[in-house]
Amino acid sequence: MSDFILDIRDLRLAFKVYEGMTEVLHGISLNIRRGEKVALVGESGSGKSVTARIILGLLHELKTARISGRVLFNGDDLETQPISVRHGLRGTAISMIFQDPTSSLNPVYSIGVQFEDVLRRGDRRISSKSAQDRAVSLLRDVAIPDPERVLVSYPFQLSGGMNQRVMIAMALANEPSLLIADEPGTALDVTVQAQTLNLMRDLVERKATSVLFISHNLGVVREFADRVYVIYKGRLVEHGATEELFHRPRHPYTRALMDAVPRITGGGIPEISESDAGFADPMIDHEVIS
Amino acid sequence: MNDVACEFRPVLEVRKVSKVFSTGSHEINALESVSLSVARGECLAVVGESGSGKTTFANMLLGVYAPSAGEMYLDGHPLPARRTLNLRRAIQLVQQNPLSSLNPRRTVGASLKLALDVHRIGDRAGRRGRIAALLDEVGLPTDFAQRFPAALSGGQRQRVAIARAIACEPEVLVLDEPTSALDVLVQARVLKLLDDLRQRRNLTYVFITHDLGVVRNIADRVAVFERGQLVEQAPTAKLFEQPANAYTRSLIGAIPVITDEEEALRRKVLEENDSG
Repeated sequence: MSDFILDIRDLRLAFKVYEGMTEVLHGISLNIRRGEKVALVGESGSGKSVTARIILGLLHELKTARISGRVLFNGDDLETQPISVRHGLRGTAISMIFQDPTSSLNPVYSIGVQFEDVLRRGDRRISSKSAQDRAVSLLRDVAIPDPERVLVSYPFQLSGGMNQRVMIAMALANEPSLLIADEPGTALDVTVQAQTLNLMRDLVERKATSVLFISHNLGVVREFADRVYVIYKGRLVEHGATEELFHRPRHPYTRALMDAVPRITGGGIPEISESDAGFADPMIDHEVIS
Repeated sequence: MNDVACEFRPVLEVRKVSKVFSTGSHEINALESVSLSVARGECLAVVGESGSGKTTFANMLLGVYAPSAGEMYLDGHPLPARRTLNLRRAIQLVQQNPLSSLNPRRTVGASLKLALDVHRIGDRAGRRGRIAALLDEVGLPTDFAQRFPAALSGGQRQRVAIARAIACEPEVLVLDEPTSALDVLVQARVLKLLDDLRQRRNLTYVFITHDLGVVRNIADRVAVFERGQLVEQAPTAKLFEQPANAYTRSLIGAIPVITDEEEALRRKVLEENDSG
């Protein structure tokens, strides 16, 4: 068995446009070990969300997308396998949490009905009664005080923080080996965001779930991830252990990004030069001894 | 900046303002007896989570709806529920998402011209020059006047929204999460622009945001709202170093930070909550 639960090699993505092809990912290589929490951090349009979507095979049905490179999940190259295989992995071996919990839950079904669907993907013969029992215990794991009431509620009857917990519980229900979290909690208030992140971290650590954590928020990344990749305009520019990267950022882009975050200890509005000189410099990898 | 000396003559004063919304069967107290004043040239940050009443507060300053109780004054004159053109001119708004606050079918120039026309600023011939000067003031090339919002980046659009807000020479700008939708590098540049404009034009800001990192570096004073109540107000540095209210402390404690120095401050604040 491979060391890595996920190993992406030289991933490229291009979209067909009127004038020809536009490449948006220029050869991304990243990996995640078993039980490891890895962050992909970058600004909007940098390519972080499309990377996540490719892993799940969500872009392959798009006629205008051209994808090349290898996506190894558990040692198997997903790119060479039929889309049905990827379909089978979704919600079972790989699951995903999106930014806005309230819009990713279906408003016309109760949480209980949606939860049963999720559990049935993992076990086709599960009875309604045992699905209900399991949902209750999973909701209890995410610190929902009154799971029975939540199961008969609709998403719009619950707060954003509550829905986010429901999403986390659903995403972890079938004990996936990889969880992809795309900007989780960005739509939530800071105190709620902090609580749900702590909760999610405790759960994935307890179950040894690997996580690909996608975010634009450096503070959240520092809090959550073991290792960080920084992405800029479809290229990885820096990679290292979280501690190391935050204490000693070396790439001009990573440094600019960190300088731009206003500090709660003061120091004034960050001075950002208009130039992006050096942002396209080659990638700096802290784990490769140069 | 935080240490700008401003004489404390309130340009804006709010006395015991409440707002109750009725939804048929029950009533919601969106704001309960809030009193605040803002000095000329000051930047007052209004922070709080969703449902805290900060947007209700902004909407009342702007005259979108009238308070259920209490009074508001601009330069010592009462702010009535129905605003005259001149009072509407005096308090302007910059919203979070410029893509929805700018009319997509109007060019940048046309949007700015409308603001000048409505408030009868300058004469017909002078307006073109004014539009160019406004774009220049917010750091955009003057030929952007011909562009539509869709052809601009998020940061550029927000600069246009700021130019439109200052076009009619207001005294107070209400900034409702003006940089929350922007990437961090763009955010820093837009914050710098806002800070420069305030000093150059002696503007007064009511800066509504949930981002305490931004607040720490742009505001002179901070008002913390929780469930419709003003729970704490203090000069910025003091609020971060000695937050008096438990809710303020939990807000500061929840910020994801990136340096060890900030982490230490956060821990210190949280410990006070645990011991208190």
